[in-house]
Amino acid sequence: MNERRVLTRFEMTVERGKIQEFARATGATDPAYFGEDPPVPPTFLISAAHWRPFDAPLPYESLGMDLRRVLHGEQEFRFHGPPPRAGARLTVEVRIESLTSKQSRRGGLMRIALIVTDFTDEHGRLVAESRSTTLETGAPE
Amino acid sequence: MSLPTRSFGPVTRTDIVRYQGASGDFNPIHHDEPFAHAAGLPAVLSVGMLQAGYLATYCAEQFGPENVRAFKVRFLERVWPGDVLTCTGEIVAEEPSLITVELRMERAPGEAVLTGSATFAV
Repeated sequence: MNERRVLTRFEMTVERGKIQEFARATGATDPAYFGEDPPVPPTFLISAAHWRPFDAPLPYESLGMDLRRVLHGEQEFRFHGPPPRAGARLTVEVRIESLTSKQSRRGGLMRIALIVTDFTDEHGRLVAESRSTTLETGAPE
Repeated sequence: MSLPTRSFGPVTRTDIVRYQGASGDFNPIHHDEPFAHAAGLPAVLSVGMLQAGYLATYCAEQFGPENVRAFKVRFLERVWPGDVLTCTGEIVAEEPSLITVELRMERAPGEAVLTGSATFAV
């Protein structure tokens, strides 16, 4: 099975205080994060979760996955140029890029979703992408 | 060429909570001990993206945060409070304007919890 659909779309403003908070939380001490015009840390855009509309379902909910069996398999961030800096106003679009399933070695059907989030700037330029592989292990038989 | 190693941790519950607040992921399995026990876990579980964030910090602080162009991780093992996480990296490709590094985070020698790669503009 393969499908591609947009789950949600919303605006996000990259904030200096959130960059500092995230940098500290991930052990960073680089002065670049704590000055006037900081870039986002490499994994910062995961925090777009803060801007998600209240009524937007989480990807695993849209996919009907059981949270108790959901695992984060892989995570990738791609930047098309320098990473965004504080003050950037981004449009965030979350979509299911693919959904496949295969027989799990431990029995049951394992489902594998690739969830892609595009971040575009005020000029409509794609500045970054997040690619998240989420697995749901097979239900116990 | 190998990058200098760097360790993070031991991971505390406070580190996990601080990361959850920063990232906006409030899955209770990472901070609510009774919830974690009910799910069959011996303790709260660290957030995969916290470890990924440490690995990102490790490489970004060597090549400059503004130079990152890609960062990718694969989650191999769960991480628990008390774990000390050691990062290593190896430059595997050097093009005129781009460096690629392979990254690894271990809890103990030979026990990888994360592997990954990153590219930086130079």
